Amino acid sequence: MSTTAPALELRSLSKHYRKRGGAVAALENVSTTLEPERIYGLLGRNGAGKSTLMALATAQAFPTSGEALVFGHAAYEHRPTLAKICFVKESQKYPDDFEVRHALHSASLAFPHWDEDFARSLTQELRLPTDRRIKKLSRGQLSAVGIIIGLASRAELTFFDEPYLGLDAVARQVFYDRLLEDFAEHPRTIVLSSHLIDEVADVLEHVLLLEDGELVLDAPADEVRGGVTTLHGSTAAVLEAAGALPVLARKDLGPVTQLTVRGRFEGAALAAAEAQGIGIEPATLQQTIVFLTRAGERAEL
Amino acid sequence: MFDESRPIFFQIAEQVEEQVLDGTLPEGARAPSSNELASFHRINPATAAKGLNLLVDAGILHKQRGIGMFVSAGAQEQLRHRRREDFAATYLTPVLAEAARLGITREQLAQMLLSTQEEA
Repeated sequence: MSTTAPALELRSLSKHYRKRGGAVAALENVSTTLEPERIYGLLGRNGAGKSTLMALATAQAFPTSGEALVFGHAAYEHRPTLAKICFVKESQKYPDDFEVRHALHSASLAFPHWDEDFARSLTQELRLPTDRRIKKLSRGQLSAVGIIIGLASRAELTFFDEPYLGLDAVARQVFYDRLLEDFAEHPRTIVLSSHLIDEVADVLEHVLLLEDGELVLDAPADEVRGGVTTLHGSTAAVLEAAGALPVLARKDLGPVTQLTVRGRFEGAALAAAEAQGIGIEPATLQQTIVFLTRAGERAEL
Repeated sequence: MFDESRPIFFQIAEQVEEQVLDGTLPEGARAPSSNELASFHRINPATAAKGLNLLVDAGILHKQRGIGMFVSAGAQEQLRHRRREDFAATYLTPVLAEAARLGITREQLAQMLLSTQEEA
């Protein structure tokens, strides 16, 4: 490990926008620490504050209060720190007359760890025409430009904001495969912002969930997965098995109840419930996030 | 490939165990590295490493500095022993529960077991 400072430390970070009728909190009092050499998922619904968080972390916007430290430094106008950050925006703007090769060349100058061979092979694999003007690219090709820059820059802290928009299934798999391969050889901190949770679930080590500007979940992906369980069976048996576990959803059909609770059923508890004829189904990461978002829970898993 | 509702590192450990148990990974063989597992399964390398470490803790694999992880001597027997111990809970308990619901007696069950064996 090249450094001991966290890759990113957010301290009570808030961003309020003025709007008619008062201030709107895009981000409210977010504190967390991202360790070096890990892949994080920044999840949440549209408008939850994901892009705002990334803009503040990368010094592209000023916080209303709090601070963001990248490897121990505030990035604002701090060249050595800025050189460690790559932010692949959902809709990156380029000069009007820029061709793909100009964008890649600019990136090669901006990022000290840029790997030209890697960029070239990604360009071929994603079938990106390098002499085409960026203005003329399709949405998927524009995403491909971002993916190439994000991966080939090998920046110590790389943000991908919804990097797959418009990409077909093949190109998305190329992205995940190259990301994991290159991460294994050149570990760095990667933050993937996404609302397609099932697709990125296996790639993530840690999950950050934003809801209405607040950080409502900050936990290892493996702890989140299966942390919500759906019980199905006769109402009395289901309610007894659920005990005091917090209920997230309930559906009744005659004498049968389907109850979704926050909690796990393993070992003896699982055997006892199954012996009562109760069907037990742990939720996937995506389902868990959906249930937690709906329930608006504010506790740690 | 994975059961999305259970920790992936746990399933990685199970898969490697399975290979040791059936001899695909004989004792002394090098187990796949966390990076190999990560790129094969498209999962986070840390998750794969966590799965392998479960097997190191259990004595199934051992680390050789700078070379990799290897299947320990006696690993296959150890796994077989554990699976035998778990056999009743894993396989017989659900069968007995279903039999009870259907009103199948233990004697009838024993009869079925013997005749199934003959057919197989």
